[in-house]
Amino acid sequence: MKAPPFAYVRARSLADALDLLERHNHDGEGAKILAGGQSLMPALNMRLSSPAVLIDISRLQEQAGICVKDGHVHIGALTTHAAIGNSAAIRQHLPLLADAVEHIAHPAIRNAGTFGGSLATADPAAEWPACCVALDAQIVLAGKAGTRTVAARDFFQGLYATAMQPNEIITEVVIPIPAAGTRHAFLELARRRGDYAMVGVAALATFSGGAPRDVRLTFLGAGDKPLSATKTAQVFVNKGISESSLKEAQDTLATELDPAADLYSTAATKLHLARVLTARIMKQLVA
Amino acid sequence: MKAAAMNAPETLIDTTLTLNGEAITRRIPVRQNLVDFLREEMGLTGTHIGCEHGVCGACTVRVDGNIVRGCLMLAVQAEGRTVETIEGLSDSGEIADLQDAFHKRNALQCGFCTPGMLLTVQDLAQKNPRATREQIREHISGNYCRCTGYQAIVDAVETVLAARQIKV
Ligand SMILES: Cc1cc2nc3c(=O)[nH]c(=O)nc-3n(C[C@H](O)[C@H](O)[C@H](O)COP(=O)(O)OP(=O)(O)OC[C@H]3O[C@@H](n4cnc5c(N)ncnc54)[C@H](O)[C@@H]3O)c2cc1C
Ligand code: FES
Ligand code: FES
Repeated sequence: MKAPPFAYVRARSLADALDLLERHNHDGEGAKILAGGQSLMPALNMRLSSPAVLIDISRLQEQAGICVKDGHVHIGALTTHAAIGNSAAIRQHLPLLADAVEHIAHPAIRNAGTFGGSLATADPAAEWPACCVALDAQIVLAGKAGTRTVAARDFFQGLYATAMQPNEIITEVVIPIPAAGTRHAFLELARRRGDYAMVGVAALATFSGGAPRDVRLTFLGAGDKPLSATKTAQVFVNKGISESSLKEAQDTLATELDPAADLYSTAATKLHLARVLTARIMKQLVA
Repeated sequence: MKAAAMNAPETLIDTTLTLNGEAITRRIPVRQNLVDFLREEMGLTGTHIGCEHGVCGACTVRVDGNIVRGCLMLAVQAEGRTVETIEGLSDSGEIADLQDAFHKRNALQCGFCTPGMLLTVQDLAQKNPRATREQIREHISGNYCRCTGYQAIVDAVETVLAARQIKV
């Protein structure tokens, strides 16, 4: 199908975009920000959304790019998935993101879709939201009244729901560089390459003398938002990584995750897959 | 003065872009996507349109050197950009060897997916000229082919990558 009628305006600056939002968006309706268009355009073409005005921010180059400052990586909201995948700074400081990007859609979509757009969309099966929660990212939001910062774990509130106010724009994401020696892994199960995950998991861990110390397991596709399985992760801190602790962790996971069925998988399937991934990713971390 | 400078939404916008090497300006309805513009306004029907929501890859075009989904980009967003389609890549001879290999290997039957497939595999050839079969499959994972079963496409791409290695 074709998109419903709308009017279009290319924002000249962030301030202009915020002005346009205030003028055309009322009670969260009327206007929408257009970034990479890789979620919004399908929604328009399927007529799931019909804003009167599209405010195109994709030309605001100051909002795109990656820089490293004071132990943090700053990722501009308009940085594309492909640019993150190609970034030497990301490979060096946040290799988790470099591993996850391969699971996001396909090359042509990664060339257009943006980091900020993915967070704003807040699909529970998307890779970036789970990575941001795993990495303790801070999401920077600009509004007419000024700028505020929300921790990723508070930003995602439910199915496609975030802490963003209607007339706010994500400008950048600030991610602390994990301590030296932190190991990472990212695994995901999808029906076809590039599809949204059925279930996935991002893992970060530090080890001392072969024993896991900090372990963090953040799941995607296993609830209505990214979920950190803290009790499950703690099993490995308490008991190390062995066949028996893997089994115990899998049982703990069943008490922590309560995935809802979606179009393709039952709740039981999702939980089973999450348990399988837990064992797989822990083995990968120690390998 | 202030009102005149105010940036206001419009429904028709004069847009200038470079299309297959030629500068063009057209007045474009803002809701028209890039593929419909190419096909209906410019008569370039080599770029196909299948699903219109980003899934099939039939609409793949190159914008500023990168492949994108033509159905997920508004034509007015091409302002100031360089757009290349299958017609441009064919005429310049850039993908003549790929086209030849697709023909010889039976890597197309109905041909609906072929223009998008060719743009996508040329993108791979440029970015990863030594791609393995697995990497070829991964790169074309967003391009659906309902006829060939992909095997012949992967064969054709593999042949061309190897031949281009010898040439350089
Ligand atoms: C076939 C297909 C497969 C896909 N598979 C995956 C996948 O496996 N994993 C995955 O994570 N994603 C997937 N995607 C989605 C893709 O990653 C999108 O790029 C992303 O979800 C949205 O980013 P965008 O820049 O394209 O945003 P847009 O489509 O431009 O916008 C999406 C929404 O976010 C809002 N928005 C965008 N930017 C901002 C901002 N800076 N501040 C405030 N609001 C903003 C918009 O108003 C809109 O409501 C897929 C898409 C397609 C078409
Ligand atoms: S028509 Fe664009 S991806 Fe199918
Ligand atoms: S040749 Fe028919 S869809 Fe690919």
